[in-house]
Amino acid sequence: MTSLPKQPSGKKLGLVIDLDICVGCHACAVNCKEWNTGGHSAPLTDTDPYGAAPSGVWFNRIHSFEVTNEQGAGRTVNFPKSCLHCEEAPCVTVCPTGASYKREEDGIVLVNADHCIGCKLCSWACPYGAREYDADAGVMKKCTLCVDKIYNPNLPEESRVPACVSTCPTGARSFGDLGDPDSDVSRLVASRGGFDLMPEQECRPTNKYLPPRPKKTGDGAAPAQALTPVTDSSAGLLARWVDRILSA
Amino acid sequence: MTEGIGLRDLRADTSPLVSDEVKYTTCYMCACRCGIRVHLKDGKLRYIEGNPDHPVNRGVLCAKGSAGIMQQNSPARLRKPLVRVGARGEGKFREIEWEEALALATDWLGDVRATDPSRLAFFTGRDQSQSFTGWWAKQYGTRNFAAHGGFCSVNMAAAGLYSIGGSFWEFGEPDWDLTKYFLMFGVAEDHDSNPIKMGLGKLKSRENAKFVSVNPVRSGYSAIADEWIGITPGTDGLFVMAIIHELLRAEKIDWEYLKRYTNAPWLVIEADGDAEDGLFARNVTGIPLIATKEGKLLPISDRKAEPVMVGRYTLPSGQTAVPAFQVMAERYLSESYAPEAVAERVGIPAATLRRIAAEIAEAAFENEITLDIPWTDWAGRRQEKMTGRPVSMHAMRGISAHSNGFHTCRAIHLLQMLIGSVDVPGGFRHKPPFPKPCPPGPTPSGKETAANTPLGGMPLGFPKGPEDLLVDDAGNPFRIDKAYSWEYPIAAHGLMHTVIHNAWAQDPAEIDVLFMYMANMGWNSTMNVPDTVRYLTDKNPDGSYRIPKFIYSDAYSSETVAYADLVLPDTTYLERWDCISLLDRPISSAHGAADAIRQPVLKPDRDVRPFQDVLLDLGVRLGLPGFVGEAGTALYPGGYADYLVHHERTPDIGPLAGWRGADGTGQGRGAANSSQLDAYIENGCFWEKKFTPEQSYYKFANKAYLEEAVRMGWLAMPGPVVMEIYSETLQKFRLAARGHGALQPPDHLRARIEQYFDPLPLWYPALLEQGDAAADYPLHALTQRPMHMYHSWGSQNAWLRQITARNPLFIHAETAAAAGVEDGDWIWVISPHGRVKAEAKLMQGVNPHTVWTWNAIGKRKGAWNLKEDAPEATNGFLVNQIMAELLPPRADGYRYSNSDPVTGQAAWYDLRVRIEKCSAQEAGETAPMFKPQGNDYLLPAPDILRYGESLKGGTSGRAPVQEKDWIGNRKELSAKGTGIRPGHGNRIDKKDEEDN
Repeated sequence: MTSLPKQPSGKKLGLVIDLDICVGCHACAVNCKEWNTGGHSAPLTDTDPYGAAPSGVWFNRIHSFEVTNEQGAGRTVNFPKSCLHCEEAPCVTVCPTGASYKREEDGIVLVNADHCIGCKLCSWACPYGAREYDADAGVMKKCTLCVDKIYNPNLPEESRVPACVSTCPTGARSFGDLGDPDSDVSRLVASRGGFDLMPEQECRPTNKYLPPRPKKTGDGAAPAQALTPVTDSSAGLLARWVDRILSA
Repeated sequence: MTEGIGLRDLRADTSPLVSDEVKYTTCYMCACRCGIRVHLKDGKLRYIEGNPDHPVNRGVLCAKGSAGIMQQNSPARLRKPLVRVGARGEGKFREIEWEEALALATDWLGDVRATDPSRLAFFTGRDQSQSFTGWWAKQYGTRNFAAHGGFCSVNMAAAGLYSIGGSFWEFGEPDWDLTKYFLMFGVAEDHDSNPIKMGLGKLKSRENAKFVSVNPVRSGYSAIADEWIGITPGTDGLFVMAIIHELLRAEKIDWEYLKRYTNAPWLVIEADGDAEDGLFARNVTGIPLIATKEGKLLPISDRKAEPVMVGRYTLPSGQTAVPAFQVMAERYLSESYAPEAVAERVGIPAATLRRIAAEIAEAAFENEITLDIPWTDWAGRRQEKMTGRPVSMHAMRGISAHSNGFHTCRAIHLLQMLIGSVDVPGGFRHKPPFPKPCPPGPTPSGKETAANTPLGGMPLGFPKGPEDLLVDDAGNPFRIDKAYSWEYPIAAHGLMHTVIHNAWAQDPAEIDVLFMYMANMGWNSTMNVPDTVRYLTDKNPDGSYRIPKFIYSDAYSSETVAYADLVLPDTTYLERWDCISLLDRPISSAHGAADAIRQPVLKPDRDVRPFQDVLLDLGVRLGLPGFVGEAGTALYPGGYADYLVHHERTPDIGPLAGWRGADGTGQGRGAANSSQLDAYIENGCFWEKKFTPEQSYYKFANKAYLEEAVRMGWLAMPGPVVMEIYSETLQKFRLAARGHGALQPPDHLRARIEQYFDPLPLWYPALLEQGDAAADYPLHALTQRPMHMYHSWGSQNAWLRQITARNPLFIHAETAAAAGVEDGDWIWVISPHGRVKAEAKLMQGVNPHTVWTWNAIGKRKGAWNLKEDAPEATNGFLVNQIMAELLPPRADGYRYSNSDPVTGQAAWYDLRVRIEKCSAQEAGETAPMFKPQGNDYLLPAPDILRYGESLKGGTSGRAPVQEKDWIGNRKELSAKGTGIRPGHGNRIDKKDEEDN
């Protein structure tokens, strides 16, 4: 068993994911993979990459599915999911070796591969299924929030955000300090009604999701439901246009 | 509790060295051509990210671009030139040296050129250097050249260029910042990738904009639309015409815009049966006429004339004429276009059609945008403000890949013109070098060809009338693909999808050499795979192949490679020079002009050569004018990079627009500049020239823009580009079909031309749906590619295939239930042409009369160096297997190509099918199944990838190179063996050689 930070700094780095504009393009997932396969948890091993059952380590996966509401209206949902860097991270407290830990200074949950024994207790404990076991290496791997990118002075300032954020074509992903109520991400969450994934699990995830905005279907009161013809018939309309010329 | 403190890596290394070198170049994982920053460590790819400064992607990068590492390291990469030793299709080759390969190709191509150059068919697929490859074809002297546009989106391109002087995608974009109503038609999943996604993110994040997606499938962008209109495939034209009907009836149209910027007021002659019927009335000097309210007929060049839009006027000839607007209005006011009349066919309730029309009108006319930007029109009339109708539209494959796509796309442009939303604030915006005159540019060349002689002009162009067709005296096609014939007169991008069939059928002529590049025409880029394979392998009685010689260039071991006699292995996109040119398919935005280069960031570890270098080499060996000087020496000895810098298409205009002239300050025009590529590299491998606010909108009539366009070489004259609601060009073809003029179609094609060359947008059922042909096949079958593979040519990738390696047939749950099909069942998908076996996947968000699947997932066993039990081969399927490349026979037995009758665009989306559950014995694997193709010329594919293991953290032993230090240091970098050659533009100057 491993303890969570006794004196967290109050900084809670995390992601805000906008389900209103995510089109499910997998850019975040693949860019994450290419950064991290040479990063802190390198490599993100792929087994049978050219065979019958290609399978690899991915820190971020996109789930696309359909839902239907009570009125029968359907919606296609694209739902990206990675580690949510929970405040009450069960993957940490369950770890028998201390390999799984939550950083005091920013709340990022990491795995120290040198001390991971590959027991998989953390993946059983995580209610989100966000852990990724690398069978080849025999250790558990997971989203690092690009800890080796976001502070890295070897990169230009604008690149110091998680790979999934800098690459997202629609701008559906934001990164920042969710512990600071005045940060851009906290304001975004407040203004858009951002929510916790599965709050009943009481993990207090740091990452937040923004719900889809109400659809502007036009069925409401504001826009006209149909245009009003200016005459009853097409012939009348042409005559009206001719009249307009003559009377002008 | 384990305290853990003593065990944990207290400081995870947050600052590892990422790369020892960062190079900019241009992505080629799809057709978007985003700017990328490539991080290299120890000479290996560490990370590819978007270039934040690049006009196309502003720093973002899609899944494909991010998977470039796996494309670069693919075990499917070809390694050395190959000559076939087995039978075609077996995949048995012998590796040969380049000298032998090039000598063989020169031999074949030289013989053809010395007899009849058009016995070479040169078609280049997903080629991004078409202005170069087309020029090669021209200098060689064959008329038989095109790239992949004919089976991609020529309907969209041609309809735009014959209507508004520009087009969707590469030629224009919505005004993402200002639009309030965005209507997207038939955009299959992700076309074009990053710019649209960035725009949608922006648009959706504003509270005042609505996004409507008209698409039979609710995937991709449709998933985030405010409203999804699940239209029945092929009926978009009717949908748009019903909206036009509603807008006209309510007079919700922009009269002033139509009057000033379109040919709506031009007088159309009414003379049924005469040679002038339907042409514009013109004065003695040939200037079209308008009528004033006083009934005066004035030329459109009269800048003070105030035209009227309706009425019937008598011409000096005694004929009568009415404004084009009236002809148009009379058509669409017809009750046959009323929402009620079309609703069932379109699959959308009439009330919804009426509401969409009302919403468009509200956005256009109640929510007008006014920008305080004074501007002056072409005639010198100053305007104080720029007014915009903030309704924008975008259309793509779902419109163009039907045999009624040209007219459907023209209908969308008509709608845009009627509400005054082309190139205005909030509307659709042109990207330079567009707009261009309707139709633009030169006409196609190739009426006459001769041995050892270049063509008079470029093989592709835009016909302006029957006189520009490439047909013989009897009206029969000259070109192997029958482009620019009476069958497909406005085939502006050619018909690559017909070449293999026609070459086999020797219709209209025999060819000797088929030469293709970067197009999987033996598999997923062809219709009717089983017969196409037969055409490629069929033999004459003497044992020789019916298509005598087939040269193919590709970087990867695709299905098509197996059929080639000679394989010229290309490099990857990270190993080559390239150019994204304004002469070709530009990457400009509405904000300004742009072009870009690729530079080699890695050195090939195989014996492969960039295809463009190979073409230059062949050009020299063949002695093609423009490739060799007087003494027979190479004019571009430094290869393609040398060409990019020093080639001039017309004086002072070359492939690259930036940093021209001796001092490198020229933009658009200027002498060749030997330091040009250095300047591009220093700027991140792209050039951009932004417009001033005054030049930004109304470009078709904006003096400041038009003068800039002339300065830059995009337009010959600063005159206005008049948009065409009524196409006199089309009417000219129709008149020929009616028996007028010196050039007339053969009798058997008269009715076809008469029907489809309507000067106004027309709707007709897709050709395969006409008659009762579709009765037994009640479902429309569509394909698209998933976002993470959209438009991607090397379609096997170790990472991306983990997302999608098999493709089911998606079926509406109710449709499936009616057929007794459950999720996961194996089913037969049956068309009149054949059947293919697939797994069923049920969904809700699809038009109930439509089934669909992902294209290009299914692969032939042995192709792309995948294992034979890969799901792509066992479970992946192509609907191409059951798609006829020819329409059913006419009464006389003749079969047209399965294409749009105006443009020859491949009608991929006209397919009709029915589904049947497989028997239990049949379930488990797709069919038809082809014999595995050999691939022992490849290295074995690894069983495990630990990519990046050696790249983690630490230092590489080389000092990090700061960005400011590496850019432009070509000479220094070349010494490090990075694949960069010294000298300017890859030209090895004498001095450089001495230095080395």
